[in-house]
Amino acid sequence: MELLSGADMIARFLQDEGVEYIYGYPGGAALHIYDALFRQDKVKHILVRHEQAATHAADGYARASGKPGVVLVTSGPGATNAVTGIATAYMDSIPMVVLCGQVMSHLIGEDAFQETDIVGVTRPIVKHSFSIRHPSEIPEVLKKAFYLASTGRPGPVVVDIPKDMTAPTERYEYVYPKKVKLRSYNPVTRGHTGQIKKAVELMLKAKRPVFYTGGGVVTGKASEGLTDLVKKLGFPITTTLMGIGAYPQSDYQSLGWLGMHGSYESNMAMHHADLIIAIGARFDDRVTNNTSKFCPTAKIIHVDVDPSSISKTVRADVPIVGPADSVISEMISLVQGHPITHPEALKEWWEKIDGWRAEREGKLYEPSKPGEALKSQEVVEALCRITRGEAFVTTDVGQHQMFAAQYYKFDKPNRLITSGGLGTMGFGFPAAMGIKQNFPDDDVVCVTGEGSFQMMMQELSTCKQYGVGVKILNLNNASLGMVRQWQDLNYKSRHAHSYMESLPDFHLLIEAYGFTAITVNTMEELEPALERAFADKHELVFLDVKVDPFEHVYPMQVPLGSMRDMLLSKTERT
Amino acid sequence: MRHIISILLENEPGALSRVVGLFSQRNFNIETLNVAPTEDPSLSRLTVTTIGDDRVIEQITKHLNKLIDVVKLVDLTEGNHIERELMLVKVKALGAARDEVKRTVDIFRAQIVDVTPSLYTVQITGDAAKLDAFLQAMAPVGILEVARTGVSGIARGDKVLSL
Ligand SMILES: Cc1ncc(C[n+]2csc(CCOP(=O)(O)OP(=O)(O)O)c2C)c(N)n1
Ligand SMILES: [Mg+2]
Repeated sequence: MELLSGADMIARFLQDEGVEYIYGYPGGAALHIYDALFRQDKVKHILVRHEQAATHAADGYARASGKPGVVLVTSGPGATNAVTGIATAYMDSIPMVVLCGQVMSHLIGEDAFQETDIVGVTRPIVKHSFSIRHPSEIPEVLKKAFYLASTGRPGPVVVDIPKDMTAPTERYEYVYPKKVKLRSYNPVTRGHTGQIKKAVELMLKAKRPVFYTGGGVVTGKASEGLTDLVKKLGFPITTTLMGIGAYPQSDYQSLGWLGMHGSYESNMAMHHADLIIAIGARFDDRVTNNTSKFCPTAKIIHVDVDPSSISKTVRADVPIVGPADSVISEMISLVQGHPITHPEALKEWWEKIDGWRAEREGKLYEPSKPGEALKSQEVVEALCRITRGEAFVTTDVGQHQMFAAQYYKFDKPNRLITSGGLGTMGFGFPAAMGIKQNFPDDDVVCVTGEGSFQMMMQELSTCKQYGVGVKILNLNNASLGMVRQWQDLNYKSRHAHSYMESLPDFHLLIEAYGFTAITVNTMEELEPALERAFADKHELVFLDVKVDPFEHVYPMQVPLGSMRDMLLSKTERT
Repeated sequence: MRHIISILLENEPGALSRVVGLFSQRNFNIETLNVAPTEDPSLSRLTVTTIGDDRVIEQITKHLNKLIDVVKLVDLTEGNHIERELMLVKVKALGAARDEVKRTVDIFRAQIVDVTPSLYTVQITGDAAKLDAFLQAMAPVGILEVARTGVSGIARGDKVLSL
């Protein structure tokens, strides 16, 4: 047995837990821990330029790799800076462990220098939190933190560590706890067989079924099973923004994604369905629109690992509490050898869906004419072509986010990495950084807007330090486009503070960090610029693409309407 | 409808604030709240009364169960149960009213636990409705101070809330 200080225990535990990267920023209360990290080289610490970026980078890492992201910040301002990223991870159920330095335990409650009750501040946005009360607890508490963060419905866990808990002079026995048990926490491992049978009976008998699947399928690593099940049944499938890629979008049975800016055929199919098979989705208000008008003719099967997600906003007819992967594989074995009861009805259903598809074909947006400003949509389409639909695409929040999700076609899960629940501007760039470090040979591109990028652009410096070769595609409409769109629609185009005056010269800005920037104004410049940007996987390139500031994102659901009530363009509505 | 939910909670710092925070965060209502350690020092028992339709109560119990510190819970109102609350009340007891108060205390099977020339301190236990009725009866005499513990409860019969 070994005697280690609290700080060394933390470093050692992270090694034993197999943590590769930890994103952080030092400060007084965390210095013992920093010193311990300095004296080892297995866990790599990435020094960000703002603690919010540490959480987003760890979050991006977690989404792309499926492993928990790890963050280390100091007390007070270090911890409060991390709050937005913790909330972002919480809303999207991302596994993350945030280690926060804290003032010495005897000073707690005295408004000591850099003291913040971070456990209190983060209480509503964490899965759980711990305060270390004795150094000897450290290994077990950390193990619990990782276990909680990454099992069941994943989420962020905060560990508050008073500075005296990590003092180098005090040493205690260290043993890596291989396993921990919490008597009050037993995430379900499989769904109720009777309920699954009932669900499958409904599925086989359905005439107008739709799969509606969400982030739970992605975080639950159930995409393969889902694809198999959907193929076997021959049903249409739509996903949430968070569920994009869980089923290959280029496949015929994929209707794209649904909700506020979802595809016309997705929302129409949902509205007219007689059976909705929801898996790992939470009937969020950006999906359902007005719940009282939601899917009037449908029975609802709802599979989720979190019981509190079921019947929260929309009542489920067949609730199934269980992890997506095991429930889906049980469904597959029940479906096997049992043909659907109404193949002719399903055929009619597909005809109807194909009719909706045809209605909007070629009318999704108006491409730019020569001499006009580029449309964001065509820029994203070009990006998808050049990267063969295989890049990791992170986004910030705004119109560019919706365009990226609509016009890039994702055939794999975890390839669109976006802040769906919290909608955090500033997420995309640090998240891309976290992904690129773990997938150095893949293309990682952050599709951003000039508004969002300016919220986290200090991370250029981090990319410089660690040679992180992400690509940044700035869809520069010189405005807070999404805000402006709402102002056009609801405030008679009174553009209160949604313009961006005094934008920096992005070219100069990027060059100041020693990176390459390319400005794109025209269609002729676009593809060559993209080719150039993606030529070297290890080089950070920033594309400043000037796009049409007047463009809107469509379809757009009409507030308080049903799923099918949509604006389809500036002049058309359903 | 009014529900009484009893919870076995880890006796850990911050656990109570997680429960209370959940109610305010999710816009659930708390009528009464009562918490004390149990015979097992690692567990507290917390009883909360709340009002909501079935959908809201289902959400409350699901979200409570999701808290890591909540070890077990039961909605006592789903079955036969015993509900008790203790109240201490200071009432004016002057002149003719002094006897009247004493009589009412007896009728309610309450006890006078402290006396001064001008007031009685009454201790009364029962369900919330009984306590309310007593307060109503005392109102004309003059209530000076009320201290209620909030509802505590337990299931009738063999049913036991334990680990
Ligand atoms: C941190 C944060 N603040 C404010 C908002 C509200 N908001 C949503 S979209 C948006 C505009 C984003 O502008 P930009 O990044 O340029 O994207 P665009 O819509 O122009 O593509 C704003 C301000 C937000 N989502 N996040
Ligand atoms: Mg913009």
